[in-house]
Amino acid sequence: MLALRGIEKSYPLAVGSLPVLKGIDLNITQGEMVAIMGSSGSGKSTLLNVLGLLDGFDSGGYDLDGVDMSGLSEKQAARYRSQFLGFVFQSFNLISFKTALENVALPLFYQKVPRRERQRRALEMLGKMGMDDRADHLPSELSGGQKQRVAIARALITSPRVILADEPTGALDSTTSSEVMSVLREVNASGITVIIVTHEADIAAKCDRTIRLHDGVIIEDGRSGEVVEPTANGAGSSD
Amino acid sequence: MMGLDRDRLIELVQVVVRNPLRAFLSALGAGWGLFMIIITVGAARGLENGVKADMGNDVANSMFAWTMSTSIPYKGYQRGRWLELDIDDVQWLEANTQHLDLVCPEIQLGGWQGTNNVIHGKQSGAFDVSGAIAEYQQVKPMNITNGRFLNQADLDAERKVCVIGSRVQDILFEFGENPLGETVQIQGVLFRVVGVYTPKGNDEDAQNEAESIYIPFTTFGKAFNTRDRVGWLSMLIKDGVDAEEAEEATKQLIKSRLSVHPDDPRAIGCWSMAEEFQKAELLFSGMRLISLLFGSLALLAGVIGITNIMLISIKERTKELGIRRSLGATPVRILRQIIGETLFLTLLAGLCGLVLGVGLLEAVDGYLESGGDAGVFRHPEIDFGTVLTVLCILLGMAIFAGILPALRALAIKPVEALRSEG
Ligand SMILES: Nc1ncnc2c1ncn2[C@@H]1O[C@H](COP(=O)(O)OP(=O)(O)OP(=O)(O)O)[C@@H](O)[C@H]1O
Ligand SMILES: [Mg+2]
Repeated sequence: MLALRGIEKSYPLAVGSLPVLKGIDLNITQGEMVAIMGSSGSGKSTLLNVLGLLDGFDSGGYDLDGVDMSGLSEKQAARYRSQFLGFVFQSFNLISFKTALENVALPLFYQKVPRRERQRRALEMLGKMGMDDRADHLPSELSGGQKQRVAIARALITSPRVILADEPTGALDSTTSSEVMSVLREVNASGITVIIVTHEADIAAKCDRTIRLHDGVIIEDGRSGEVVEPTANGAGSSD
Repeated sequence: MMGLDRDRLIELVQVVVRNPLRAFLSALGAGWGLFMIIITVGAARGLENGVKADMGNDVANSMFAWTMSTSIPYKGYQRGRWLELDIDDVQWLEANTQHLDLVCPEIQLGGWQGTNNVIHGKQSGAFDVSGAIAEYQQVKPMNITNGRFLNQADLDAERKVCVIGSRVQDILFEFGENPLGETVQIQGVLFRVVGVYTPKGNDEDAQNEAESIYIPFTTFGKAFNTRDRVGWLSMLIKDGVDAEEAEEATKQLIKSRLSVHPDDPRAIGCWSMAEEFQKAELLFSGMRLISLLFGSLALLAGVIGITNIMLISIKERTKELGIRRSLGATPVRILRQIIGETLFLTLLAGLCGLVLGVGLLEAVDGYLESGGDAGVFRHPEIDFGTVLTVLCILLGMAIFAGILPALRALAIKPVEALRSEG
């Protein structure tokens, strides 16, 4: 589903540049639930943004669903985002002046789905998240956990193949965190690939596979809870 | 691309409702600009209508000429010679001109300004008394309300008949008395009233006209001993002949007839309605242009204001735009959204300005119609074509105003947008 080969990326600085990803090889197959861990500044978010086509990379290759993603135009990237990917963020990133329902329906707006259909599907999706009674609420009227459910509903509305979540529980207390995690597990159970960036070991433990980043390289890759040397395909062989 | 479906409208309204003060402020400039255009163009038109209404009673191709004294010695004559025209000169001019349709001699009694010169029974009054010919009406139209104007037979037979203005009737005759057939005494000579007229228009000139009396030119010469002398000429320029050209040619003809140096600037006086019209027309098109120009500048200022505020808005909404991008919004959709918002704001503001402006014009018009006094200001209005033009300008400017903010919005990469605060 997702294949990275030798991805390198550096940020230009005032003087020189800062290498952030230093040759990432990674294969994620359809239906996996992957945690990306690592210390702050190790490049987790950068990697997720590259995977989410929100950011480009300097060298290497990225295949999404067998299609080469290098050198995409903004328009093409937007189309792949719309078709394949759903995003969940630590800070929820709901649009503040739109109701929960409108927020969830927005991706369909960009897919040019008719209004009625959008409303119907958005309400249905909110229902699956147990949020249909809050459909007309603004984000400011929702709790953190509720906001994240709405955000997940919005990520799921286009029936994406991959959910990319950057510290989805980072702003939530532990009870709410585990609720959100069980929601994401259910999402994964329906066949959707879920990739979660997290700091927290217990969150990673609820995933099937954990990738540990350090200073722009993968230093561990394996079943969650085990320590495995990094490989390109996630099978545990030494380097 | 600019199709406005319900969703788009909801999005637009949300933007306005979310920050009403900002929407209002940005709208203010454009609204004010349009308001200014409507008001200034309407006011210019009001002035134009007023002046034209005053001029409207005059015959557009009329021209008047009179003689004064020479200022250049010529053919043995000294400078300062007083020039006079007589009826032979008029006939000669008529025979020799290529620019004129009609030449009317006219002469007026003078020298008793203020003293009563016309008597009927016990009543008397001071009126202008002119000698004219039957065709005079073509140069100076009047409404004959009773009887008739002078005719050729009056002139041929040198009849002692007169046509009097309505004010003359009011002053000399009892209320309800029919002046036709009555005699009035002008400078001691008895004339029979054959007609009453009211002047066209109601400006100051018309008031004077109503206090005038016309008698046959031929009778005038005999009765008041001016013989063939002509006071001035009232003429009609041929259709399609340029007024300035006709004026110059006629002056030269008269000069040659009276042995005046062709370059003498003072000897012959001349005044033509058409030139007056041309001057006025020039003035009015100038005024229209200026009001449109100033209005457009006001509009431009408003549009720059909108651009500015949209730029600030983009900056503040970077995060929102980033979210939209992550949800699959293509650059074109973002572009469309930003330009749509700008258009929406600008047009909304513009329409408010338009409605207020037209409303004000209507109100002023209504006040004037109901008898409010405004001098030479009449029926201020703005025609639909101008409104349409202005709206098109507004639309163009609005799109223009949206382009910069839209490009700015597109220049922000999705990651950066998402990373930003807010
Ligand atoms: N736009 C940028 N310009 C320059 N440097 C950047 C930019 N974005 C990130 N970096 C740098 O790249 C490195 C990796 O950043 P990244 O956000 O991927 O870290 P992270 O692993 O997600 O950290 P955290 O756990 O704190 O979120 C950091 O050193 C950061 O300072
Ligand atoms: Mg991060």
